[in-house]
Amino acid sequence: MKPGVHALLEVARNHPGRVARYYRERIDAFNDRLNAFITVLDPPPRAEAPKADPGVLAGLPIAHKDIFVTRDVRTTCGSRMLEGFVPPYDATVVERLADAGCVLLGKTNMDEFAMGSSNETSYFGPVRNPWDLERVPGGSSGGSAAAVAAGLVPVATGTDTGGSIRQPAALCGVTGLKPTYGRVSRYGMIAFASSLDQAGILARSAEDAAWVLRAMAGHDGRDSTSADRPVPDYVAQLAEGIRGLRIGILEDCFDTGLDPEVGARIRDALRVMERLGARLCEIRLPHLALSVPAYYVLAPAECSSNLARYDGVRFGHRAEGVQDLATLYRRSRSEGFGTEVKRRILIGTYVLSHGYYDAYYLQAQRVRRLIREDFIQALSTVDLLAGPTTPTPAFRLGEKTEDPLTMYLNDIYTIGVNLAGLPALSIPAGFVRGLPIGLHLIGGDFNEGLMLAAAQAFQGATEWHTLAPPGFEASGP
Amino acid sequence: MTFSPSELDKLAALACLDISREERERLGGELARILDFVRQLENGATDEVEPLTHPLELSQPLRADVVAEPVDRERYQRDAPRTESGYYLVPRVIE
Repeated sequence: MKPGVHALLEVARNHPGRVARYYRERIDAFNDRLNAFITVLDPPPRAEAPKADPGVLAGLPIAHKDIFVTRDVRTTCGSRMLEGFVPPYDATVVERLADAGCVLLGKTNMDEFAMGSSNETSYFGPVRNPWDLERVPGGSSGGSAAAVAAGLVPVATGTDTGGSIRQPAALCGVTGLKPTYGRVSRYGMIAFASSLDQAGILARSAEDAAWVLRAMAGHDGRDSTSADRPVPDYVAQLAEGIRGLRIGILEDCFDTGLDPEVGARIRDALRVMERLGARLCEIRLPHLALSVPAYYVLAPAECSSNLARYDGVRFGHRAEGVQDLATLYRRSRSEGFGTEVKRRILIGTYVLSHGYYDAYYLQAQRVRRLIREDFIQALSTVDLLAGPTTPTPAFRLGEKTEDPLTMYLNDIYTIGVNLAGLPALSIPAGFVRGLPIGLHLIGGDFNEGLMLAAAQAFQGATEWHTLAPPGFEASGP
Repeated sequence: MTFSPSELDKLAALACLDISREERERLGGELARILDFVRQLENGATDEVEPLTHPLELSQPLRADVVAEPVDRERYQRDAPRTESGYYLVPRVIE
């Protein structure tokens, strides 16, 4: 069993540098097998004089998804377009965690511009799932999920636009938290779909996620969509437990497309919660089935606009030997972007174009409201919603790359949460055919603390989150 | 639905992307299938429903008009593929 954040902070306090060195050596030993990192960094040499306030996470190693810009450290977003991009500033998430004392050990691999559910769209090659190296880790935060699962870092950041933290967390057997939209600043997080993107955490446990969320959440004047409300003490809130909580089971998720064995494990996990004092009931969300189609209008629309900035002039890839400006734009973009990114830009351009805007884009926004209203209505009768995070455990590399729609449907249970803006997490809930699966918990707006407390209670009664993939066992520093 | 080669070219031009001849056939089919799939949205009863543009429905905050950070052009331009004397270089646009 790998030690949690609390224990690691203790070791880091008593033996400065030891914790970061331990994880750095594990990255050296195991990353070749997983391809979880795009850039690996050496921990900084120990400071001559210790800082007056070393920070609440002093000495805690961390990896950032390569979508967060890091000052003077290459940031690629998994794309050829940004292969040589060295940002001049830190994302707010990076800055806050550095201020809290975290030690950055590297930038993790990801689907290109966070568009993908298997990590196979990365320009830097796919990440492999530590539970089975022939399978995908999920995506888009697949590098962060694999790195935490294999014990290469204790915690890592991720981003979640349609399930990109929770789906890889489920497929790699780790805890993945997507906070409420606006809870964490998006400043310096390379934009994909701005009304859906949210930064979050991949960690071993809900407790570890609470430690990191407390340090990275909060209002940021540089992100006009960050919520101006106080950050609760998520670590203290863990003690609130699960007793008496009303949990609504998302029955729609069990109807179609769900691997029956995954369904059985999720029912088992829900029975554990009931035994711990939660009260279960059934919930149906009439419009949830429309969340994937709504998402595949709205996310591409926002992406086609956000990615217009890549023009080969100010930063990013530039085509060589071009004689006119229009061709420079077109060639630079065509060479710099991969197939999935181009596909989404084209879909987005189509649904926003004259004559189709009302039928696709506005209709998807209307459906988005219906989906959010379904969730808000359900959450007025229960404290949390629960179901499976994914329809199946990890699939094989290459299994779904031929058909984009099959890949999109992998996020069928997670996407509605992003459309609604709600917080959600995935926690390890057992194994199917030797592969981990995740239990999905969804909370009300800004109710991360309640969700984490319920997850912590579940993890106190189960050991799924403590298991390491064979070959990646670790004793800790 | 289907995409003719000329419709696909028009879309690619709007998106500032080149589509190779080999890509064209596959991409046309894929885009058509994705758009057919999202047509399910018509099943939503949305007559009286206002579009939701954003989950939080925030208003844009204003901040005081004061200098927040210096503009370090030299540093920013280190990421630019081609610059000269503080300018970004592009192919000639005026004959």
